[in-house]
Amino acid sequence: MNRHEQFAQALLTPGLPCPDGLFSRNGADPASRFAVYRNNVHSSLINALADSYPVTQQLVGEHFFRAMAGLYIQAYPPISPLLHDYGSDLADFIKGFAPAADVPYVADVARLERLRISAYHAIDTPVANPHAVVNQLQQLSSLGNVRLQLHPCVATLRSDYAVVALWAAHQTTDPVARLDPWHGQSALVLRNGLEVEVFCIDSGCVTFINSLNNDWPLEMAMAYALDAASEFDLHQCLGLLINHRAITQIKVHP
Amino acid sequence: MTLSSLPDVAQAQAPGLPRRAGLGLKSEHFQQVLATLPDIGFFEVHAENYMVAGGPFHHYLGLIREHYALSLHGVGLSIGGEGPLDHAHLARLAALVERYQPHSFSEHLAWSSHGPVFLNDLLPLAYDDATLKRVCEHIDQVQSTLKRRMLLENPSTYLLFQHSSLDETDFISEVIQRTGCGLLLDVNNVYVSCINHQQDPLAYLNALPLHSVGEIHLAGFAEDADSLGDRLLIDDHGAPVDNAVWQLYQQALQRTGPVATLIERDNDVPAFSVLHAEARQADQHLLAAAVHP
Repeated sequence: MNRHEQFAQALLTPGLPCPDGLFSRNGADPASRFAVYRNNVHSSLINALADSYPVTQQLVGEHFFRAMAGLYIQAYPPISPLLHDYGSDLADFIKGFAPAADVPYVADVARLERLRISAYHAIDTPVANPHAVVNQLQQLSSLGNVRLQLHPCVATLRSDYAVVALWAAHQTTDPVARLDPWHGQSALVLRNGLEVEVFCIDSGCVTFINSLNNDWPLEMAMAYALDAASEFDLHQCLGLLINHRAITQIKVHP
Repeated sequence: MTLSSLPDVAQAQAPGLPRRAGLGLKSEHFQQVLATLPDIGFFEVHAENYMVAGGPFHHYLGLIREHYALSLHGVGLSIGGEGPLDHAHLARLAALVERYQPHSFSEHLAWSSHGPVFLNDLLPLAYDDATLKRVCEHIDQVQSTLKRRMLLENPSTYLLFQHSSLDETDFISEVIQRTGCGLLLDVNNVYVSCINHQQDPLAYLNALPLHSVGEIHLAGFAEDADSLGDRLLIDDHGAPVDNAVWQLYQQALQRTGPVATLIERDNDVPAFSVLHAEARQADQHLLAAAVHP
């Protein structure tokens, strides 16, 4: 085993002894100094995850979160120096993490926090002026051959839990009325200018947005949305996308 | 020693960063910096933080770059790594250099990746011929890809390797001589390493190729103790610059003359005004070094 291999394994695995060939000039046990590196690696990565998942941490508590993050790091150390991407699958880990089984909504809150990070750093693309979008849509004679292109930051999340309410309750220091996490909610995440915004949307709106993102024409997206939820309100959903600058382009193919 | 006896200093810096104090740019300070345009010599950013597609980081850095000199500081290239440099990462660095035209690019004498795993720490190297050859090849590759001279930062370390055959200062001198890169003199790292390894910081400083210094870093450290209860200093960038480091900085400036100086703070980041006050303190030392070389 080469030197860095042994060093790296000992850093990631707390039970392993300090690597060979190290010393301290004062004669101190090298393990007491190797511990500094091991602590730097673990604490900096745990801090990176805590920065990415602040609400997840609040829901399970700091002690629980740091212990869980430590196990995640041992199982899945970063494979890129771009730490904003690190832990993008933490929600899957939480879902399979037995000690978190009593709080099954936490994994979905982690998914929501990950979508917010992705939206924050998403590529910059010019968006259409809301008035221009409305004017153009009003002049269309048919929706069958119209496609709405959404900004790459736009994402949705379906959850069996009150994922948006849980997240929103931790955005304020005001005391929140006791909330019931045990009912399903869906989220729309987008970046409006420089601000990431989160909305609670209905199942039809999720289907509508996902259909647009899959390049279905407006008419088909509407049909799918009504299939998913008969109460789907096109004007409300479209208004949300237009007013929060989520539409980059209207494409009409004759 | 006087400034006039160090003819290489000006050459080492030009056309680099202004010989002023600078600050690390924190996202929580973006708006305040743009709104108030404080009198700061330059800003430094960690390159990896800006390796994102779009959004507020690029928006604000683009605007701030219009007003300030910029230092791009890498923390993830793993120049001392046993394997080849990560080509994709080097390409991302080149794209950032192209986009923001920084006045300086710097990286560390350390390794942080092994195989596919990124360890997110600046890990120590054994100073032997094999490491020297590898580090020089990697620096050559960086400089030819980025089409510019880079600065290499001296490390803070907590351990030594039995099979090191060169002193750290000799190793750094040799790398600089072979590659033509400059030195990012981290005075806090000098102090931290020297306390940890029972060396005289001034002797260490004097053994470095100070004619190649293109930038200085100052930061705070944390105190710990090893198995013998001896002081073990940890370079955590989480505290104000220590008095001992300010003193060593003044001694360094007597040897280098005024050099762009960064106040580094990455943890427990205080209000901008607190960092600005530390920058002003560095500016006063720079002024004194210019007036009384």
